[in-house]
Amino acid sequence: MEATIGNVIAVMGDFKNPDKVTAAAKGIHGAGYTKFDIYTPYPVHGLEKAMGMPKTSLPKFALAGGLFGLSSAFALQYWTGGIEYKLNIGGKPLFAPQFGVPVFFELMVLCTGLTVFFTMFGYLNRLPNWHSKYQYDAGFQAATDDNFCVVLEAEDPRFTVETAQALLSKLGADNVRVVRETLEQD
Amino acid sequence: MEAKEQVATATAGYTNGAAMNGYHDSPSAKPVREPLVLGNKTIHQITEDICGIAEQKATPKFWAALLASMLVAGAGIGALTYTIAVGIGVWGLNNTIGWGWDITNFVFWVGIGHAGTLISAVLFLFRQKWRTAINRSAEAMTIFAVINAAVFVLTHTGRPWLDYWLLPYPNQMKMWVNFRSPLEWDVFAVSTYFTISLLFWFTGLVPDLASLRNRAKSKIAKAGYTVFSLGWTGSTRNWHHYEFAYMIFAGLSTPLVLSVHSIVSFDFAVSILPGWHTTIFPPYFVAGAIFSGFAMVLTLMLVAREILDLHEYITLKHIDNMNKIILATGMIVGYAYAMEFFIAWYSGNPYERFVFINRATGDYAWSYWMMMTCNVFSPQFFWSARLRRNVWFTFVLSIVVNIGMWFERFTIISTSLHHGYLPSSWHYYTPTWVEITIFVGTFGLFMVFFLLFAKYLPIIALGEIKSIMPGAQPSHHHHDDHAHDEHSGEVTAKAHH
Repeated sequence: MEATIGNVIAVMGDFKNPDKVTAAAKGIHGAGYTKFDIYTPYPVHGLEKAMGMPKTSLPKFALAGGLFGLSSAFALQYWTGGIEYKLNIGGKPLFAPQFGVPVFFELMVLCTGLTVFFTMFGYLNRLPNWHSKYQYDAGFQAATDDNFCVVLEAEDPRFTVETAQALLSKLGADNVRVVRETLEQD
Repeated sequence: MEAKEQVATATAGYTNGAAMNGYHDSPSAKPVREPLVLGNKTIHQITEDICGIAEQKATPKFWAALLASMLVAGAGIGALTYTIAVGIGVWGLNNTIGWGWDITNFVFWVGIGHAGTLISAVLFLFRQKWRTAINRSAEAMTIFAVINAAVFVLTHTGRPWLDYWLLPYPNQMKMWVNFRSPLEWDVFAVSTYFTISLLFWFTGLVPDLASLRNRAKSKIAKAGYTVFSLGWTGSTRNWHHYEFAYMIFAGLSTPLVLSVHSIVSFDFAVSILPGWHTTIFPPYFVAGAIFSGFAMVLTLMLVAREILDLHEYITLKHIDNMNKIILATGMIVGYAYAMEFFIAWYSGNPYERFVFINRATGDYAWSYWMMMTCNVFSPQFFWSARLRRNVWFTFVLSIVVNIGMWFERFTIISTSLHHGYLPSSWHYYTPTWVEITIFVGTFGLFMVFFLLFAKYLPIIALGEIKSIMPGAQPSHHHHDDHAHDEHSGEVTAKAHH
């Protein structure tokens, strides 16, 4: 695969220290940038807050999934046993919440888990997405090893190459670099 | 709350905060508590070590082990095919004893799985950071164990090609499943358990697969890791949601793991058979499951530790901690055995009393005493700190415990069934070669899965172990942050809400 070089897509800088990268996140957020991200090998606690990210909406989805599971379990047991297929087994009631508990619980957990999994990966994180426009940058790749890679995206309204470079240098980033689009030619 | 805990554990290994640089350790700092990872590793070294295992060429030893496991699994699959083709009449079951090795093995394997969930979920919620060295492989073990459990429970129905009848679905017979039966609860419990364990495990794997993807040299490896890492980049915007999802999974799995073996115990406890009809079963089964599961984790991890040279990650501290859990759950199990006996006497029910006296002195007394020796007496050695930290002793004892736990299930099932109310139907049960081969075969299958996992996937949770390294987290200074003193930016205890 050959690659040619295109437009500027980002300015990147590297950090190795969690304190400095957190301070940098605050600095970038404070400077008014919105289209930026920090790629890290593991979750650095407090970084999302320093970046000014709002709380995740995942719990709402989880709750909805759980309620769906619980109510379907109720409906399933009530309708099949109590209405559709009335079978007397040892004189036990056709439906009672007591014997429904295990299935209430299991379906609630199952639906919550599936909702969380697909919402988190698919909806909130937009995965799978097997291509990233930054993927040829070595520092970006090293973010799955030990690098904290700060990316100021060119799409940000405040972005100019010079100001972005100056900001990252001021915040103490190493290896501040301009990253250009890589056009793949198969 | 969390901030306090995080700071406390991050500083725990060192007498002062200044040593916690993460990238190079000050020689003056003496550990108060053993560090979780030995060898003063940098974050990069951890990537090298763990990814290195998956990247090195498979050795002839590996292929030999894989082949041997496949042969054993193959024999099991052969016996299983024979069972399905001919019918479960080829097993040693009779009119009196309708559940034998099939359900014994089902409960045994489901129980094994519980340690994995306990380590990944319960210890996560309790912020037990030592879990990061073993959680990945324990979770993998859970999944493989539940697959094995499914083998038994799906074939014992007799006509496994009709197993979908277990699920409630609209059909031309206009029939629905019986939700009043604990066996139906089991269908929901075990399938939910498997699904959630798999999602939890896979969620944990995604960032680590991305690490492997970015390092992969061969095209095939690159393609495989690329697909399964879903294009994970390590974006903080992703980690943010990811971490919350991980917490919800832990929060879901904690009651789930308790529910699954409780529901398995309902298979027995809800019946009115003396020996089964006891209210102590749910907690007793859960404790037993964790007991056997930890033993299995130890058996596997001690071998992996030697073969893959993970001494710096799975330290004596980890082994010590797991042995303490084995001791604690072993005591709960021992208490449950004693309490069962007491209640059988205290109930004043002659049938109940008979079953328990028969259990200890009757035809299956050998099985009962085997269980008592392995599960109640043998873990007592672990009161000794020296023995808890003796690798060979732990290895042998972990196997003894699992033998004991297998016999527990066998004892519960066969002693309660073989002498019913009518002496004319009293009977004895011995398994046939078919049942034995299937059981041995499941160990082969388990090893095939485990070997493939250990070879091709990150056996230690990279992202998680990195995040608990000294120096890995920022040092925020909160009002409740009293656990470490003020230092420069290099100092890294962490705080987080």
